[in-house]
Amino acid sequence: METLALAAGFLAAAVRVATPLLLAATGETIAQRSGVMNLGLEGVMLTGALAATLGASAAGPWTGVALAVLAGMLLAGVFALVTVGARADQVIAGTAVTLGAIGLTGTVYRQAFGAAGAGLDLPTLPPIPVPGLSTLPVLGPALFSQPAPTYIGLLAVPAVWWFLFRTRPGLAIRAAGEAAGTARAAGVPTRLVRAAATVAGGGFAGLAGATLVLAQVGTFAERMTAGRGYVAIAIVVLGRWHPVGVAVASLAFGAAMALQFLFQTLGLGVPYQLFLMLPYALALLALAGVVGRVRAPADLGRA
Amino acid sequence: MRAHGWWVGAGALAAGLAALALGLELAGYEAGPALAALWSGAFGSWYALTSATLVRAIPLIIIGLGLALAFRGGAFNIGGEGQFYAGAIAATWLGLHAGALPSPVAIGVLLCGAALAGALWVAVPVLLRLRFGVLEVISTLLLNFVAEALTSLVVQGPLQESQGIYPQSDPIVEAARLPVVPGTRLHAGLLLAVAGALLLHRVFTRTLWGFRLRAVGLGPRAAEIAGRIDSRRMGAAALAASGAIAGLAGGVEVAGVSYALFQNLSPGYGFTAIAVALLGRLHPLGVGLAGFLFGALEAGAGAMQRDAGVPAVAVYVVEAVVILVVLLAESARRHGAAALASIGAARGAARAGRG
Repeated sequence: METLALAAGFLAAAVRVATPLLLAATGETIAQRSGVMNLGLEGVMLTGALAATLGASAAGPWTGVALAVLAGMLLAGVFALVTVGARADQVIAGTAVTLGAIGLTGTVYRQAFGAAGAGLDLPTLPPIPVPGLSTLPVLGPALFSQPAPTYIGLLAVPAVWWFLFRTRPGLAIRAAGEAAGTARAAGVPTRLVRAAATVAGGGFAGLAGATLVLAQVGTFAERMTAGRGYVAIAIVVLGRWHPVGVAVASLAFGAAMALQFLFQTLGLGVPYQLFLMLPYALALLALAGVVGRVRAPADLGRA
Repeated sequence: MRAHGWWVGAGALAAGLAALALGLELAGYEAGPALAALWSGAFGSWYALTSATLVRAIPLIIIGLGLALAFRGGAFNIGGEGQFYAGAIAATWLGLHAGALPSPVAIGVLLCGAALAGALWVAVPVLLRLRFGVLEVISTLLLNFVAEALTSLVVQGPLQESQGIYPQSDPIVEAARLPVVPGTRLHAGLLLAVAGALLLHRVFTRTLWGFRLRAVGLGPRAAEIAGRIDSRRMGAAALAASGAIAGLAGGVEVAGVSYALFQNLSPGYGFTAIAVALLGRLHPLGVGLAGFLFGALEAGAGAMQRDAGVPAVAVYVVEAVVILVVLLAESARRHGAAALASIGAARGAARAGRG
């Protein structure tokens, strides 16, 4: 019984931790399929987190979510303007966007909330138990008693798959990422498609930031995304640019991060920093195993 | 061409500062006093210039030189921060155990160890790139977080100070510390940064290796076919060298400034150095100048927070705007030139058709 409760708690934590990664990586899958790698994802998530905090403290959690999505799309739009519009280097532009977002969020946060911070009285998104399913042993609390963003993330997986592989705009996105020249010749406005895909990815990343604040931590802290945006990019590669693969990789990462809580509960004397390293080290190992055998979109990163 | 470059840099910096002023006014701060505090914190006195601006500039210049080397060779090293920490950890360990050595030897051992640690830290991305084709952008980035966690681990574990209370190391021995200009905090690392810039300039312009490196960065296929250069190996060598240089910067910081290892030893030097390398247009002397300017910005940021109540992180906005403006200008120039060339080619073709 003890083990079952432990497993249920661990799984629930894994899914909770995986949700922001799943959302951000799903959005980034759309962007990368169109040929754009947005290293600014980290900054976009962070901006989404602050926008969610501002919106939620002013007018409730759902206003926060909406504001976060908007802010994410806006910042990704700036990135798209520079990389797709002016065809500048994606890696450097992405680094700049993240740097700028750290400065912007830090400054605005201190101006809005002072030195004391936003505090823990932020209205958050409560878990919504699915009737009937939430009482299942082990899986119930993990999959069917989570805050709304988890359900959005899980539903986005088939939705994005259908969109990318079964619709004409999805085909245009994949064509822009695989063979931009051919797509252009066939009449696809590739730059418009890439910009739109990047902005959509930004919306997902903004939502991921909101999830972090409103469904996980409960408050904002400077640099609180702590590399999750970069992990999401690695997840896209690990998931082989496919929504289902990305979902599996996100959950694996969530589990790796949630190990920390499990070991704390078990009271083993392992330094916590080892668990901070674990997801990144796992990502490197997994990349080494995966990358050789899969192919990135052929025109990824090309202007 | 060069002159054009300096104008772009100056314009980008002006745009960044203007964005800061505008943003501060919009956010409800007073931009005038903030910028005045920024200026006086960076250049207001001899002490500010030497002990704040130059001390901040040294790691930025050293890491920036390494990144310029990597970028010139077509390798994207985004892991300067992690390599810096790897160098700092090694330097601290050596500095704690170098008591018996004469000072110049101790300093030499410490700095070599730091560079080696940086190279080892980047060896993982190098191997992953060569063996498995993993993008070094992602692998170097991920290793930053591993290095930060590792630093946190060692300052609370094997390298923690002897009382075992604070998350920091004991101070390194006197013999392993870099000489300091009397009355200031300016240390001999500045000489290393300046010498490094001159040396790298020479490597780029006067050596076969530098020429090959630039050829690979400009066009790996062309370098392979026309120059019979192994572009994979050149890229890997550039990546490894840039890691060693970033590690060296970590050693210089420990031996010249902090004398001990802290969890937050670097305020993001590895990331800011990307902006420095880019603003310096990957030219070693340009990197020196850009590092000095960004050192001034970050030194001024501290004063801005103390004296005008504006968060120091606000200067990151300036840095971001600078990078984006330089990128935009470069891409406008590149595609402008391409457009002109294609017009010229079309005219030539038309003329040939008529004749």
